[in-house]
Parts: sequence; structure tokens; C-alpha cells
Amino acid sequence: MLKVGNMPQERRALHALNRLAFGPRPGDLERVNQIGVERYLREQLDPQSIPVPPDLTERVAALKTLQMTPVELFVTFQLPVQQAKGDTDAQRAAYQRSQVILQEAVEGRLMRAIYGPRQLQEVMTAFWFNHFNVFAAKGLCHLWIGAYEQEAIRPHTMGRFRTLLGATAKHPAMLFYLDNWQNSAPNSGARRAKFEGINENYAREVMELHTLGVNGGYTQADVTALAHILTGWGLQKWGQAGMGMGAPEINPGMHVPGGMRGLGGWGPWWRRPARRTPLPGALGDQYGFYFDPSRHDFSEQVVLGRSYSGGAGIAAGEQALDVLARAPATARHLSYQLAQYFVADNPPQTLVARMAERFEQSQGDIRATLETLFFSPEFWDERYFGAKFKTPYDYVISAVRLTGAPEITNYGPLFGTMTLLGMAPYAHETPDGYANTREAWLNPDAMMMRLSFATALGQGHLPLLAPPFEAGGGGGPAFRVKFKNGGGVGAKMLELSPPDKGAQRNKGPQMSPPEPAQLVASLGGSLSTNTREAIEAAPVQLRSALVLGSPEFMVR
Amino acid sequence: MERKRGDHRYGDRRYGDARCCDENARPRSGVTELTGVALDRRAFIRRAALLGAAGVVMLSPTAWAARALGGDSSRKRLVVVFMRGAVDGLNVVVPYGEPNYYDSRPTLAIARAGGDGAVVNLDGFFGLHPALAALQPQWNDGTLAFVHACGSPDPTRSHFDAQDYMESGTPGVKSTGDGWMNRLLAVMPGKASPTEALSLGANVPRILSGRMPVANIAPGRVAARPLPMDRPIVETAFDRMYRGSDALSRVYLEGRTARAKLRSELEQDMTEANNGAPSPKGFPDDTGRLAHLIARDPSIRLAFLALGGWDTHVNQGAAKGQLANHLQPLGEGLASFATALGPHYQDTVILVISEFGRTVRQNGNGGTDHGHGNVMWVMGGPVRGRKVYGAWPGLSNQQLYQERDLGVTTDFREPIATVLRGHMGLGEAQIDRVFPGRPRSTGHTASLIAV
Repeated sequence: MLKVGNMPQERRALHALNRLAFGPRPGDLERVNQIGVERYLREQLDPQSIPVPPDLTERVAALKTLQMTPVELFVTFQLPVQQAKGDTDAQRAAYQRSQVILQEAVEGRLMRAIYGPRQLQEVMTAFWFNHFNVFAAKGLCHLWIGAYEQEAIRPHTMGRFRTLLGATAKHPAMLFYLDNWQNSAPNSGARRAKFEGINENYAREVMELHTLGVNGGYTQADVTALAHILTGWGLQKWGQAGMGMGAPEINPGMHVPGGMRGLGGWGPWWRRPARRTPLPGALGDQYGFYFDPSRHDFSEQVVLGRSYSGGAGIAAGEQALDVLARAPATARHLSYQLAQYFVADNPPQTLVARMAERFEQSQGDIRATLETLFFSPEFWDERYFGAKFKTPYDYVISAVRLTGAPEITNYGPLFGTMTLLGMAPYAHETPDGYANTREAWLNPDAMMMRLSFATALGQGHLPLLAPPFEAGGGGGPAFRVKFKNGGGVGAKMLELSPPDKGAQRNKGPQMSPPEPAQLVASLGGSLSTNTREAIEAAPVQLRSALVLGSPEFMVR
Repeated sequence: MERKRGDHRYGDRRYGDARCCDENARPRSGVTELTGVALDRRAFIRRAALLGAAGVVMLSPTAWAARALGGDSSRKRLVVVFMRGAVDGLNVVVPYGEPNYYDSRPTLAIARAGGDGAVVNLDGFFGLHPALAALQPQWNDGTLAFVHACGSPDPTRSHFDAQDYMESGTPGVKSTGDGWMNRLLAVMPGKASPTEALSLGANVPRILSGRMPVANIAPGRVAARPLPMDRPIVETAFDRMYRGSDALSRVYLEGRTARAKLRSELEQDMTEANNGAPSPKGFPDDTGRLAHLIARDPSIRLAFLALGGWDTHVNQGAAKGQLANHLQPLGEGLASFATALGPHYQDTVILVISEFGRTVRQNGNGGTDHGHGNVMWVMGGPVRGRKVYGAWPGLSNQQLYQERDLGVTTDFREPIATVLRGHMGLGEAQIDRVFPGRPRSTGHTASLIAV
């Protein structure tokens, strides 16, 4: 029995499942009560100790684009688009084939969030992706969105923050999203169109959002100097892929002719293959990162009062990331954000301070910081039970989990609901990521949408068992990545064409509606008298919908 | 990003506290105190209207509704369009008479008047981006104005902080819990209605969040699509569940009422729109829908929509290209909005704002980075247009803000205050509630609204 905090024992299992997981599936509550809350916390903090069912492993493995490197993705999906230049139809067809990437990324994410036993790992994946947000519809990011999560986020969710920071900094998706791939020394020898000078976009956001926080004590001069230090951090191009420049772990499978030629399809430079031998100091990795010394500013820079000697090359950038990762402001910023997600919109300062201390003492160990959080009296304070209003993402996933839905084959309706509610995965345009506060998500229209979703799901009306969509095949795409320039609010949205609008799509077997009594039981008696009376007063076929749409289920 | 705001919108602690939003206000006069009373009453009336409309609690309309605060100002509308991501104002209203502009932007500058891809001349010094040519009729008939070198006094170059400040209306003050349009809603004269303020989007944006209820509808065509919640049997079942006085029940009720009202209007709209060719572009579509809603529903007084995609660090383009591709639908959308409003255009002011401007000098990647001063667009029947307002600080190196950006010579709250005063009929005390702690007026935009 976990003694810390004043929350009644009978509420603790549900609290743990609501916070460390995306809510209970049928049977979860009994299991946590059986093994004890403390053991559940320890298990979740050590995801490797939890076996994944073989069928889930197989289903994830079947998502081929999640196993491909950024270079392979580029060659497989983007080169054909560029080679078809001039032939609009062929180009469109080639582009449509690339839409499978977003679809598989969404399926891989939702599948593991709904069925995966390593729930905290899934919660942290969503958390860190959001923290290091990338928008799928910005240029080439649609190619790499799944790979980014798979390679740069997932392996590091509970590891060292510095490793996570470095992995995101060098991933093609982030390099492209925040423009650093073009950030170049002014007047560098390699000056070409598009590479003529400093771009401070990433340098600013890495301090403001990823590490120090907006009040972290940096100035405009620090932003500019850091941008200089990060010049030349970019992408591999023609002839560079697989050259093994200082990267012993290069994957032999990526010796692809062409490399990432034509990156972005811009300018005249990509038509001229850069067949030169790598410069001294050049460095690449298997994911497509490339440090280009010819575009790097080797002059001395001062960031946050610390001097970075000229001539250090890529090492200067690594050192700057080291400094940012271990800055006290970073520890506070990250601790606040974690506490805000896991505890309350306005998390207790005492907890944030202790987490920050643990973060610093442990050299940025995320697991250790989470341990401090999950074993704190604040986390187990009664006042925080049900205190977090679910985000649309949390709400949709937790609802599907509660119904114990069998193997979903068509994730379109879930992605579509999240889109309508304004929180589709991979669809946040700006680098700040989605908010997780009640203020951000509770609004009149959202309530109508949530209850409509609850009704459709509770009556078994969502075509979740329809055949999976085949990207590039007939029937219209289920997941479209498309810029809607100036199109509506937020301008660029990932658009979902509703599955029922496809060409006479087979809706698949009818789902059997979930049993209301089962749903209530899975929630462990947390429903209020008013809610229970409203459920009992409703027609039988609506009772499950009412459980899923109840005020108690809107919060976690 | 950690932004500690008061738990205000749905928090019971602050709910109903008329003084919640003016902690930073100047010392209140007796008049303001009186307004405070009116505020509570007004909030109450709106809640009552919602309850009545939803058929849960019937309240007969009483003397509450008779507020003698304004005459015919109840027809006045204000629409705010937010360009999120910091639009490059120097390429929207181009200071083509300024040689430094061309020196700073070798490939991004828009050519001087005359010829293809050149600016549309406005006043011999400033010119409009050619992609905004659709707005020429409004400029020519004197209903379009700009305020240049306008912006926030706060120096932040963070998108998120700067947007936050522009929406809270209190630059530099993070603790402000609500948005200035919500505070405006609280002090506006006229009859209350559940759809008095409308936001197009899946969320209620910061600028509209606060104590007063607001409606929001999803952008695009999905708003009019029937939902399971529209079935009476489902409504009835959920009505019973959400009948309390808690935050969720209140929001539920607002949603039910607004949806019932807007949906019937949107349905009519869709039927009528099918007669004409629907526009392929999203923004004209949404502004068109908004225009029809406003024309049909006189109770909509405030509207807000946001557009993204202005953060042009790379490959911004000049007369053509990325920025031009974003400006064009916006210009066309606003022009068609003006047309679709018909006679209501005479009672409408549209403000187009963005969190800050961009660097005067282009960067190394054919783009511009985060800057400071920007241009505000002001359009509508009551506007004294055909003029670029403000005090131009110049673009030579020593004239620039921190030697890199256009300076701010007019605080963004000043032209808005002028609109609130001249157009919405607000007094100084009420404007102080909307913008507590606003700076002393420079007088730059004093004649912006025809009174």
C-alpha cells in the first residue's frame, strides 16, 4: 500500500491509470489493485520489464515506413515525385503514395496508446513529441514524421534529457521544421542560394521551448550567437549518404544511389550532384544528419556568458547543447511542464522545485525525475483526483480503451475526431506543441463534439473495423497531408476525408456496442449520483454513450 | 511553455467576480464602479438567456435586459483577424520611398510603383503588396487604412509570449487571466445574446477567453454537418446529466444553445451558397460564411478568426512566392467579406493584427527573422481610410529598434481604443477596463474613425 499523500486508497488505482496511462481498459483496475499501486508505478517506470503481446509487436512491425530511415524514406517516396516533374498526374500519384507515411505514423501511435501495456512509455512519447513538436505538413516533414518519433523520441522518453535533445536536434524532421538545415555562416565558402547566412529559428526555439524556457535568462544576442554555433548542422545530400563520415554505425542498407538528392526540390543546387569527397571535420549519421564544415562559422561566439572557441566545429554545438541541458532554468522548465501534465494545470511549486532538484542531481535523468513526481505527496493529494481536464487526444484514446474495443483496423474515425477537436497527432503547426490545460480545451463547441463522439462510439456506430485504407489505392485517402494555405482557422490543417465519404467503402463488421454496466465497472464506482441517475433514466441504447460522455470521464 | 494564468474561464473561484480583470487598471472612478455593477448584471443576463434558450430554466425577460448604456450602437460589429506567426509588415505595406528598405532586402524587396510585380501605390511613400490588389476598391473608397510602425511595447521576440500579450491586451503582464475581446464583451452596450461573440475554430482563443460566454464553431464546412448530439433523444439524455451549476454544465449549455442557433443559420447558408460557385480557397470560404452569419444574425457583435503560416524564416519570396501566396487569399477573403456584408459593412470594423514584425534585413535563407514593429490593418464603413496612420521611424541603422527591427511608435492598443471609442461607442472608463494600464495616447490615430 502506497502511504504517501492523503488520497483515499480506493481511488489510487484509477488515479494511477488516469495519469500514467490513457485511462483503464476493462480489467486494468482489478489488476492494479491486485498487484498494488506501487508495483504498478515501478513497472511503468521500467517499460522493458513489461512484455508486449506478440500480436501487437507484429502489427507495429507491419507498419513498414516506421522501420525506414529518413534517407530511405526520401529515396522511396520523394525521389519519384521529383523524377515525375513535368507530368502532373504521375507526380500526384507519386505524392499520394507518400501519404502512407502519415497514416502509418498515426496508426503506430494510436495502436500502441490504445493496446500497448507500456502505457507510461506511450504517454511520454506523446509528451516529448509535443515538447519537441514537428508539423507533418511543413515541406518534407511529412516524409520523416514517423521516423522522427520512432528514432528521436521513443528510445529516449525516460532516458537522459541530453540524449533526447541531441537526437531531436540532429533529426532531419527537426532540422527541416525549424530551418536549421539552411543555417549557414555568412560569407562562407560554400555560399549558394538558400544557404547565404544565419537563420536563427531553431536557435531561438531550442532555448525558448526545448530547454531554458522563455524566462530562462537568454537574450537576443544569445539567440544570434547560438545560431552561429549551429551553422552547418544540416542534411545529407547527393553522394553523401552512406559515406560513413565519422559515423561507424552507418546502416549498410542505406547505400542508396542518389542519397537525398533534391532535398526540397528547390533551387538549382540540387541538380548539381555534390560528388566531392567529404571535407575534414564533416560528420554524418545513419538518419541523414550531416555537419557541413564548409557552411559552419568557425569564429568565436559567446552564449549565456560562456565563450565557445573558434575552430571547434561541431563540438561547439554539442557543448552548447550540454550547457542548455544542464542549466537550472531547463530543470525548472521541464519539471514544470511534467508536473503540469501529470498533476495540475497550476502545479504545486514545492513539487516542481523538488523535481528540478532531482533532475539536476541526476544529470537530467528523466526516469529519476518522474520517480520523484510519482512518489510525491502532491501527486497523491486528494485535491488532484480528476483535476486534469482531458485533452482531445487523451479523451478519444481513453474512451476507446474503456470500451475494450477489439483490434481496430480503421483508425480514420479516431484521427478525424481528434482533427475536429483541434488536436490531431502531427498536426500542430507551431513549435510550442499542444496545450494540456482545461482552459485550452474546454469550450462549448468541443463539448458538443465530444458528446457526439461518445454517442457514436457508445452505440457501436464508428466504422473502426472497416478494412484499412490502402494509400494510393482506390476509395480516396483516409489521411491526407495537405496544406490548406489560408484555409480556415489555423490555415494549415491535416485534413481528414471522412471514411464514409470514400467510394462506397466497406464499413466492415458492425461493432457491438459496449455494455454500460461493464463501462461503469471499469471506472470503479467513480460516477456521481447525478450521473448514475441520468444513465439509468436514459434509453438502454444510449447508456454506454452517457458513461463515455459523463463529466467524470471528461477528466483524468 | 509555462504560462501561469489564473484559472478564470471556468474556475469557480473567479467566476462572477466583476473585478477579476482589472487588477492592473488605473484607480477606478465612480463611473467605473457603476460599470462594474452593470458587468455583473450583463453576465447574468447572458447566462439567463442561455438557460432560457435551452429550455432548462425558464426566466421571463425582465427589466434586466433594458440597459440604457448605448443608443443604436447595438448594431456595431468588430471583427478581428489574427495573423499568427508574425507577418512581415514591411512587405505588406511597403515603404517604397525609403532607400534603406531596398538596401536591406536585395532579393525580398517589392519593386517601386510601376510595372509587373511592383507595389500598388498608396500615398507616394507606402505601397501595398501586389498580392493584396483585391483590396484596392476598399482603399479607393476610403474604408481601408493602415497604422504603420505599430505594435507591442514589450520587446519579446517569442511568438507565443507576443501573441499572448496582444490577446490579453496587457503587454508585459503575464498574470492577466482573460482576453481583451472578452472584457470588451463585458462592457459593450446592447442586448445580450448567446452568440454575441463568435470564434471560428476548434478552440476558444486567448483573446476571447474569460468570464463572458462565447460561441465557437469549427472552421470549414464541418460546422454545419449534423452530429449525433443534434438528435432530440440524445440531447434530452445529456441535458439531464449536465444540469448542474458546475463549469462543465455551463459550457455544455452554451454549446447546446449556440449550436442550435448557428446550425440552422449555417444550413440556410449552405443551401444558398450552392447556387453560386463555392470558392476553392479556405479563407474566403470562412470569411464568406462569417459574413452571411453576421448579415443574418444581428446578435453577433464580435468575431474572431486566426490564420497561420506567416513565419517566413526561409524562402519568403517577393512579389510572388510564399508570403504572396498567403496574402492573396486573405486579401480576396477580406474583399469578399466586405461585399457579402452588404449594408452591414457600414457598421463593421475589421482589424487585422499580428504579434510582431520581422527583421528589416533579409536573412541568409531568403527569409526574415523575428522583429518588432509591424503594420495594423483597419477596414470597414466607419473607417476614415485611404491613409497610412502612425509616425514612421525610418529604416536607417540608427533608427532601427536594437539596430535590427522597425521601431514601434504606436502602441497596438491605441488604434483599437480609437475603434472602441468611435465605433463601438465606449467611454474612457470602459476602454480602461478593456485595456487596463494602456499608455497615454500619442494622437497618431485620433482621426481613424469617422464620427
